[in-house]
Amino acid sequence: MLYFIEQCLNGVQLGMLLFLLAAGLTLIFGIMDLVNLAHGSLYMLGAYFAATFAAFTGSFVLGALLALVATAICGMVLEVIAIRPLYGRPHLDHVLGTFGLLLFFNELVRLVWGPAGMTLSLPSAMLTAVQIIPGLYYPLYRLVIILVALAVAALLYVVVMRTRLGMLIRAGASNREMVGALGVNIKLLYTLVFGLGATLAGFAGLMQAPILTVQIGMGENILILAFVVIIIGGIGSIRGAFVAAVIVGLIDTLGRAFLPDVLHSMLSVEAALTLAPAISSMSIYMLMAAVLVVRPEGLFPAASR
Amino acid sequence: MRATIRPWILGGAALAFAAGLAGIEQVAAQGMMAARKTIKIGFISTFSGPAAAIGNDMRNSFELGLDHVGRKLGGLPVEVIYEDDQIKPDVGVQKTQKLIQSDRVDFVVGYIWSNVMVASLKPLIDSKTVTIVTNAGASELAGPMCSPYVFSTSWQNDQTPAAIGTYMNQRGVKTAFLMGPNYIAGKDMLHGLQSTFTGKVVGQELTRWPDQLDFSAELSKAREAHPDAIFAFYPGGAGIQFVTQYAQSGLKGQIPLYTAFTIDDLSLPRLKDLAVGVPGAQNWVNDLPNATNKKFVADYRAKYKTSPSFYGADTYDAVPLLDSAVRAVHGNIADKEGLRKAIERADFKSVRGGFKFGNNHIPIQNFYLQDAAKNPDGSYSLHTVSLIVKDDQDKFHDKCPMK
Repeated sequence: MLYFIEQCLNGVQLGMLLFLLAAGLTLIFGIMDLVNLAHGSLYMLGAYFAATFAAFTGSFVLGALLALVATAICGMVLEVIAIRPLYGRPHLDHVLGTFGLLLFFNELVRLVWGPAGMTLSLPSAMLTAVQIIPGLYYPLYRLVIILVALAVAALLYVVVMRTRLGMLIRAGASNREMVGALGVNIKLLYTLVFGLGATLAGFAGLMQAPILTVQIGMGENILILAFVVIIIGGIGSIRGAFVAAVIVGLIDTLGRAFLPDVLHSMLSVEAALTLAPAISSMSIYMLMAAVLVVRPEGLFPAASR
Repeated sequence: MRATIRPWILGGAALAFAAGLAGIEQVAAQGMMAARKTIKIGFISTFSGPAAAIGNDMRNSFELGLDHVGRKLGGLPVEVIYEDDQIKPDVGVQKTQKLIQSDRVDFVVGYIWSNVMVASLKPLIDSKTVTIVTNAGASELAGPMCSPYVFSTSWQNDQTPAAIGTYMNQRGVKTAFLMGPNYIAGKDMLHGLQSTFTGKVVGQELTRWPDQLDFSAELSKAREAHPDAIFAFYPGGAGIQFVTQYAQSGLKGQIPLYTAFTIDDLSLPRLKDLAVGVPGAQNWVNDLPNATNKKFVADYRAKYKTSPSFYGADTYDAVPLLDSAVRAVHGNIADKEGLRKAIERADFKSVRGGFKFGNNHIPIQNFYLQDAAKNPDGSYSLHTVSLIVKDDQDKFHDKCPMK
């Protein structure tokens, strides 16, 4: 039982990271109607900035804060320079344009930081496991990720549901022409939303950096998962992104944890060992397909929030 | 009269034409000989993505090796074509075919990944291209798919984990949890460990390769199984992630980790303290006390300002090996039979000291226990602790039809 809880925590922790990434993606997709493949590059930039600033200042927290500011600025500059010409064009143009940005950022990082990658080391106090309930030890840093991501989710909820900016964001998601017609500076709103999305991506990147290390192209695999999350959750819905991220995180982790044993009861050790990773990585895509069949607009469509 | 002369003229013309053709052929043949004065080597490794660190180390070592022989093999100048496999078997086989068919290389060298190597093996064998594999050690290569023209300067995958299994027995490990990535090499490694480890395997996990970088679920499983030790094989960047997460999970103080190809000179500068005290087995360590190795390590550090890894060391060996072979056939590299025999003799000075091939063209060699330590100047380096197995031959050599 304790083992099951531990694996659930692992799943929730993965879900929290996916949420941080998917929240920014769903805001940008839902409000600006922009398919942003370069979102993973902002995730990578956040991690590289954090590793650089942490090495420079000698403090993990200070490095992380500076990295957030730097990623936000990068995001907004990127929006003004490269993203604006893409608005109102077909999605294929978005995909081509932002895919080009993805390649650009990979090369830029290679030029600036070199190909070898970096390490963002945790303070030694973090390199331990804490006892959450008697008998259950959990890595402290992963626990911190869960708690911090929950705090960010709560903050995001308050901003989106309780502030004027949030009201504009929600209005923009429902009917952007009407918002523009009412005299809201849509250009500025878009830049802010893109900056917010970039900051969330950068935050996910720097939180993940001590676990997965910092390397070129680190955002590409996880970006695919983030797209799955926003499709399951409903495009443009923060709440949907949260629920779907936790579901995807749990399915991925529990599949990896328990599928080999289940298969082993039917197949040889060899076959079970080989098959289990393949099936567990497929399972989230099967879930996505099922959701698309039953609820094509996702679990929480933006219009019905 | 006319009728009798004609055949004469025709015959003469034919003769003259034939002589002309022969002349042209001769010129062409001389031209070929002139072109043959350069040896073309195709080099396949990974030069993009995070694993480019490994590919660069191999290329640097190969280049250093060429510098050491005056950039000539057996007196003939060398041209190297480097190709990137992107860790993908389909790209690897495509690049291999390109090197053989359009570049018409004389030798193919390299290959990090066992799955890329096995995929590329058929075109190499079919074209009888003399190939030196300098890292990948798939069991297929050592056993049923061995070929007269394919050689390895590295190992067969099972050997290194088998050595660490022997060491785990010596340390009195009774139960172990095994982890590795889900591709050919990962499976070979887990088999290799179990071939010598006499304790009980209480659990084993193969993880998605190469995209799975988070091992939280598997580490929780290992903790739950309460083994005496964990064995892991995670090459390249994945090794950094695995060892980091192992330390973060608090397991480092509870369940000792034993490794193969997980901590190397490329990952150590990034792992630092996390790698200290984690034992691994290897066929080469940078402090092996022989003159060739001392020169290799010193010159590498001087030229590239960093330490070479075993990837580089085994690749470096390919240069003097090929040099000795081309010398033995007096530069006539069309003589493949002669080249094969010369390479089999392995008449060169290896960074590992002595060097000899088994019947399947995989080296018979020592495996050492290595450990990471912090130096007084704050840097980290790997050291030889002891010899685990002497003159080890892989267990697949019986399955190779070559005798």
